[in-house]
Amino acid sequence: MDIIIILLDWIPYLFLGLLQTLGLVLASLAVGLIFGLPMALGQIYGNRLIKSVISVYVWFFRGLPVIVLLFLFFFGIFPSLNMSSVPPFVVAVVVLGLRGAAYQSQIFRGAIQSISEGQMTAARSLGMTRFQAIRHVILPQALRIALPGWSNEYPTVLTDTAICYAIGVQELLTRATYMVAQTYITMPIYLAIAGVYILLNYAGMKALNMLEKKTSIPGFGQGAL
Amino acid sequence: MGADKYILRVEDIHKAYGDREVLKGVSFNVRKGETKVFIGPSGTGKSTLLRCINQLTLPDQGRVFLNDEEVTNSGTRINYFRQKIGMVFQNFYLFDHLTAVRNVEVALLKVKKMDAAAAREKALEELRRVGMEDWADHYPAELSGGQAQRVSIARALAMDPDVILFDEPTSALDPELTREVLEVMKNLARQGMTMLVVTHEMGFALSVANEVLFMEHGKVVERGTPAQLLNDPAFTRTKNFIGKFRDYNEE
Ligand SMILES: Nc1ncnc2c1ncn2[C@@H]1O[C@H](COP(=O)(O)OP(=O)(O)O)[C@@H](O)[C@H]1O
Ligand SMILES: [Mg+2]
Repeated sequence: MDIIIILLDWIPYLFLGLLQTLGLVLASLAVGLIFGLPMALGQIYGNRLIKSVISVYVWFFRGLPVIVLLFLFFFGIFPSLNMSSVPPFVVAVVVLGLRGAAYQSQIFRGAIQSISEGQMTAARSLGMTRFQAIRHVILPQALRIALPGWSNEYPTVLTDTAICYAIGVQELLTRATYMVAQTYITMPIYLAIAGVYILLNYAGMKALNMLEKKTSIPGFGQGAL
Repeated sequence: MGADKYILRVEDIHKAYGDREVLKGVSFNVRKGETKVFIGPSGTGKSTLLRCINQLTLPDQGRVFLNDEEVTNSGTRINYFRQKIGMVFQNFYLFDHLTAVRNVEVALLKVKKMDAAAAREKALEELRRVGMEDWADHYPAELSGGQAQRVSIARALAMDPDVILFDEPTSALDPELTREVLEVMKNLARQGMTMLVVTHEMGFALSVANEVLFMEHGKVVERGTPAQLLNDPAFTRTKNFIGKFRDYNEE
């Protein structure tokens, strides 16, 4: 019973870790979305230069292990830009976000390309500019088609956040490990945070499923990808 | 007989894909309220011709004028001309994520920048015109092909076009549904809409067209009124084609 009392004392400390983990996930997904969607559009509608720059970007960020990217940015790129004082949390968001953008861009690209040519043709025939057609016809359809695939990014990024332990982000695993070192309680602590990850995963997937249901359209997008 | 009498002028349109010449100089003029029907074997360039008129396909040579304004080489003003030149496609191309009424109003809102209430009213009015007002809130996947095509006609009509291009509007439909779409088109013709129609529906061509243009290998090879095509012995190729088509349809 001592163990429980000790653990209870640490709950506020762990809770801050939970917030950091959640913050990392949401910020990284957001950065991934903000960069990934324009990248997908660039890869489809852009000129040759834009297309090849994006391909190299995607190839780079998908080709390296997360931990290599973290070290590269934390110990290499940020210090060399005289930004050593940038907190590890920010570096982690940048790395997970830019990496997520590479993955997300390919999800959006596939979704946009699955929209039949006729949708653009019809939109243009009504006098829409290409931008209007993309904005009002192509994207509303593509985003719905992309949503199930995009949802898989959530557990991926969530599990990736634990690796940010390596650069000292004060997220769940970092704090749990510190707790273990302080209390010599191992198994219960790691089991507890494993449970937290599972719960976060479950809650996130539930929320995304609800979003899918809310945005679904009768007869649209079934088996499109 | 000044050129200003014509609502649409198409002059010497050429188009090649690689070294394959698809259109070899097609010209014709259209007066307000006329229906011109294009017939001919497939692969002859009929779709390409329609797409060259609203510049969905850029012709290599030749010019198009709408009300004496040049549509070809018009830069971004093409988006204005396209509002004035409606188009209806074989496969409807309704926007799959929008209900029928929103399909009709989306361009009113985003292109014509109408306010929401006015756009809705106009969209419902056009749906009524094609007999689809009861289906306003249904999505394309919930409509039959004939219904979807009528909605797509309403969508084109909503822009108040000077002319509508129909590219085989009934070719994806079975006979029952074909009839309901042709009925709508006949009504439009009667109401004075200017239409260019590519179709294999000879009955429609012969009863509605002011002029039938028979195309083959990228050229208009014979053209005339339905009566001429049927009765004038000079129109051998058209008659031959129509005859074949009738035999084929009756098989
Ligand atoms: N985008 C394109 N690229 C290459 N060839 C094309 C393209 N569009 C049409 N064609 C070719 O042009 C010819 C005429 O096509 P089309 O205008 O669709 O004929 P029709 O409508 O009379 O059946 C066909 O041989 C077709 O294969
Ligand atoms: Mg065709």
